Amino acid sequence: MEFAELIKTPRVDGVVLHRPFLPLVEGTLCLTGHHLILSSRQDNTEELWLLHADIDFIEKRFVGSSGTIIVKCKDLRIIQLDIPGMEECLNIASSIEALSTLDSVSLMYPFFYRPMFEVIEDGWNLFLPEESFKDLESMTDEWRLSEVNRDFSICPSYPPLVVVPKDTDDDTLLKVASFRHGGRFPVLSYYHKKNGMVMMRAGQPLIGPNGRRCKEDEKLINATLRAGKRGYIIDTRATAVAQQAKARGGGFEQEANYPQWRRIHKTIERYSVLQDSLIKLVEACNDQSHSMDRWLSKLEASNWLSHIKEILTTACLAAQCIDREGATVLVHGTEGTDSTLQVTSLAQILLDPSCRTIRGFQALVEREWLQAGHPFQHRCAQSAYSSGKLHGEAPIFLLFLDCTWQILRQFPCSFEFNENFLVLLFEHAYATQFGTFLGNSAAERSATLKLPQKTVSLWSWVNRPQEMEGFVNPLYEPNSLVIWPSVAPQSLQLWEGVFLRWNRSSKCLDEAYEEMVHIIEYNKELQKKVNSLRRQLAQLETEEI
Amino acid sequence: MEHIRTSKVEQVRLLDRFSNKSTTGTLHLTATHLIFVESNSTSAQEIWILHHHIASVEKLSLTTSGCPLVIQCRNFRMVHFVVPRERDCHDVYSSLLRLLRPESYDELYAFSYNPKQNDRQREEGWQLIDLAAEFERMGVPCDQWQLTDVNRDYKVCETYPRDLYVPITASKPIIMGSSKFRSKGRFPVLTYFYQEKKAAVCRSSQPLSGFSARCLEDEHMLQAVSKANPNTRYIYVIDTRPKLNALANRAAGKGYENEDNYSNIRFQFVGIENIHVMRSSLQKLQEVVGTRALSVTDYLVGLENSGWLRHVKAIVDAAIFLTRAVTVEGASVLVHCSDGWDRTAQVCSLGSLLMDPYYRTIKGFMVLIEKDWISFGHKFADRCDQLDGDPKEVSPIFTQFLECVWQLTEQFPQAFQFSEWFLIQIHEHVHSCQFGNFLGNSQRQREELQVKEKTHSLWAHLLSGQQNYLNPLYCPSYGYTNPVLEPSTLPCHFKFWRNMYHQFDRPMHPRQSILKQALTLKENNRELESIAQNLQAKLQKLGVSTSPLEVRLSPRECALPPRPKSLILGAPFSRKEVHQEDEDELVEGEEAREDIPVGSDGDRTVEGGSATENGYGELPLSCGSKPEPAMVSLEFGVARMTC
Repeated sequence: MEFAELIKTPRVDGVVLHRPFLPLVEGTLCLTGHHLILSSRQDNTEELWLLHADIDFIEKRFVGSSGTIIVKCKDLRIIQLDIPGMEECLNIASSIEALSTLDSVSLMYPFFYRPMFEVIEDGWNLFLPEESFKDLESMTDEWRLSEVNRDFSICPSYPPLVVVPKDTDDDTLLKVASFRHGGRFPVLSYYHKKNGMVMMRAGQPLIGPNGRRCKEDEKLINATLRAGKRGYIIDTRATAVAQQAKARGGGFEQEANYPQWRRIHKTIERYSVLQDSLIKLVEACNDQSHSMDRWLSKLEASNWLSHIKEILTTACLAAQCIDREGATVLVHGTEGTDSTLQVTSLAQILLDPSCRTIRGFQALVEREWLQAGHPFQHRCAQSAYSSGKLHGEAPIFLLFLDCTWQILRQFPCSFEFNENFLVLLFEHAYATQFGTFLGNSAAERSATLKLPQKTVSLWSWVNRPQEMEGFVNPLYEPNSLVIWPSVAPQSLQLWEGVFLRWNRSSKCLDEAYEEMVHIIEYNKELQKKVNSLRRQLAQLETEEI
Repeated sequence: MEHIRTSKVEQVRLLDRFSNKSTTGTLHLTATHLIFVESNSTSAQEIWILHHHIASVEKLSLTTSGCPLVIQCRNFRMVHFVVPRERDCHDVYSSLLRLLRPESYDELYAFSYNPKQNDRQREEGWQLIDLAAEFERMGVPCDQWQLTDVNRDYKVCETYPRDLYVPITASKPIIMGSSKFRSKGRFPVLTYFYQEKKAAVCRSSQPLSGFSARCLEDEHMLQAVSKANPNTRYIYVIDTRPKLNALANRAAGKGYENEDNYSNIRFQFVGIENIHVMRSSLQKLQEVVGTRALSVTDYLVGLENSGWLRHVKAIVDAAIFLTRAVTVEGASVLVHCSDGWDRTAQVCSLGSLLMDPYYRTIKGFMVLIEKDWISFGHKFADRCDQLDGDPKEVSPIFTQFLECVWQLTEQFPQAFQFSEWFLIQIHEHVHSCQFGNFLGNSQRQREELQVKEKTHSLWAHLLSGQQNYLNPLYCPSYGYTNPVLEPSTLPCHFKFWRNMYHQFDRPMHPRQSILKQALTLKENNRELESIAQNLQAKLQKLGVSTSPLEVRLSPRECALPPRPKSLILGAPFSRKEVHQEDEDELVEGEEAREDIPVGSDGDRTVEGGSATENGYGELPLSCGSKPEPAMVSLEFGVARMTC
């Protein structure tokens, strides 16, 4: 298919662009296969380059012979284009609609994007499971790297290499896989160096209405327990929901069969509820009415912060079991690809200082989200302005980023990255020139789409020193401790950097941030200066003697 | 002391407000404080509660572990003790009941508080703020405004200060006539002069207009205000009340200005609720946020139902209206409510803060409070319940003003010289009755109480510790580039002020504080600068020439842009004030070493919190059987401050 077929009008002059808090721009609108471009004849005005993939929804309005297109983006920005001429406007609108909803992944921009920078460190090879297993091996010999899923036949959503208890052979894994939702048998998610406790994740056990059991499954997870110790199973569903799952062939670990385990049910909502929550929240944030009551009641009705609190609380609970109770933890929900990953990844941020570094956080996203099979393509196909029937779209990853931001706010000196880095990941999960977040699983990424060969990794770009500069937290001081955030509603806040980003002028806040950076830089300079003066003086004094 | 029935109770348990943790210690009752000293602990935490800070004491019914005593403080501290023996509990309870309700002013702490200063230092403390100099700074008296002596002896209005500024054309008979036509004699007087446009902000109480009464002198008075401003032919009259309240007042012979009688006024209601609504609003808010295991839904619904943020926004909206009228249109404005000492004070002072960068400095903010709140007779004694008075007169009007300022500091992080710690500290002392500044209801009453002779001034105390209250991100040139602040009033930009209303609830605070970190760095930078200079001097003595402090970056704040032609900013400080500022620095040098004064709560450091403290959920096994592991401690606490 040619993109040209979809572009009915490639170019319109005299288009006026309205953006909040920025002056109007008048110029020429161009449509290309992947971008909507508005360039002005004036030299000093910035051009607008918008990826079609970033467009979530468009609205058309007509006044007289000219039309207006309101473009609502997946990064939550709303821009307005005034287009002279009814026909041009209609053509542009239908072209954008077609181009922003392309079915085929292989037509997406990352497959056409050629980097304008030299790739020094290929992001595709940065976080290999073999490498991280080496680290694990240096701490414990109780685990092994299994290739049982090398052709993705046992579990399509798992990567080719997974870490499992040493004494569990591949045949056992095969049997356990048939007992777990989506073939997601329990695998190692995190090893807590401090006390040797572990966190595992899986899909729900398929006990069904008759209470089927699987000895191999029991054996596998019991193998992770220390003698005489019990473990916790954190089920991210409410008890009633887990009960209902039995009727559909799913379920939960029954006490009788897992006597060494205690099950805790938490209620993290499923994707449709969360998508609805995002839509309502963004609607509330874009409401320009000046009524306080209306704002607070809309914020409440969105339930967004309730979801944040629930997810954070569950992650804290998992971390508490591991660090404070010295217990092994198994986390699962239904599929084990959404709420499960939120909990396991956030718990690692609390427990493991290395996850709070930039590289460590990238590794975490790679390991616990991309490799672990979070279906990014499905979840991020539509954002807050989506309408009509949804196909599994949900802000699961955004919620994870928001929770991370909440922890970052409470521990502003313990993270190597700043808020901008989290916002960047949010943007690129939804629309991007990079291949990192395309596809739904490791299988799709490497086998079907061949992303490492055909696209550029986000990490290749982000890790270049000149880009990295903008994402480094100047206040960072490595903190080797486990961190315990407050989950009280009074301690949680709306993430303004994402949700109010386009509704406020950030000038004052940006300047304040720069001042902060300046104070720190100046401090470093002074330290250096004082040290060199001291050396100079000491040298002179010794010479005199 | 005759009121203290028991001075010491041992084995008292202090329950944490939001978790199941508790600590055991000894309770001491002194003439001024209730003190809890933790026992069996290496850190031996102490809690000092000033009797004046106690809003209520409640003795709950006896339980198996003892008799619970719940104490709620005006600084939003809430403590829950369990006293083993009921008789002890009753003794503490009844002693406190008497102690927290002083019957006369001389029982207040300010009259016994002695920070080891000599009389000269004390007197100098009272001379720090000079309102005459402040009006001079604004450019008053001038060719249109003059100082009047009508109230020299508090004859015309006993709740106003002695020195008042009125238009030159307002003769004494006009003033006298106008004052008779205004509630409590509070006639229109100048409170802020926007020199750049010669526009005035005046304040008064409501007119006694009833349904039809009019007063020519009052009308003349407003005309005089209008004529004093060459820019516009009209003045704005802002009635800060909701229209319904103003209408209701007409039936009592009061009310608002009839636009038919006053030529050239533009009348506007701005709808801020009265003291009773505000009191119950904050009560509701406190109830909500004091709930254990609060859900997000209950929190947000409670926040909405309390109406607190709605009221805060209404005040900011009114201040913005005032500011626009003055700075954009160059019009003069008269602000009033009913008596003109609550809402009027809020709107006038907040408006001035938006218009004039001086009020965003530490010293300027003190001047602002001194002018619009203290001198113009905000009834601190009644509103803050200093003596055992009418509970219906109590209302958090001043707290609300501080919160409005805080909301602005959040939107403009570089515009204010002070941080929220300064606001919280002022709030603490408005209720502590430890300093004389806020005692009583009016200047006249303070003179009768001889506060300047017998008590100490809070401003001196705060200035001596001002390094603790600095905003490290403050940019002095911000006031030149942005003299007038234009805050957003979209509801989503108003936040719950956790560090005020939960200032004592450590687990709720961020575990590391950017503010504290930045303050420390800035202090460190200053030290390094002087070390570097010393080293250079030494090197020079040894014959090595070094260029003066050659660092790539330099502190930004040194470079002020050239002053614009703005008259406000151009106006020189009076000599007196400049002189005093020099002295402040001396005082600071001497006092900085003085340790935590009496009445403080000692250091309140946040220690990372622990998993159990946060209550993530109940663990079904083994929880509680093991001792709680050592706390995760982090170096930077948020609420660390000395009082």
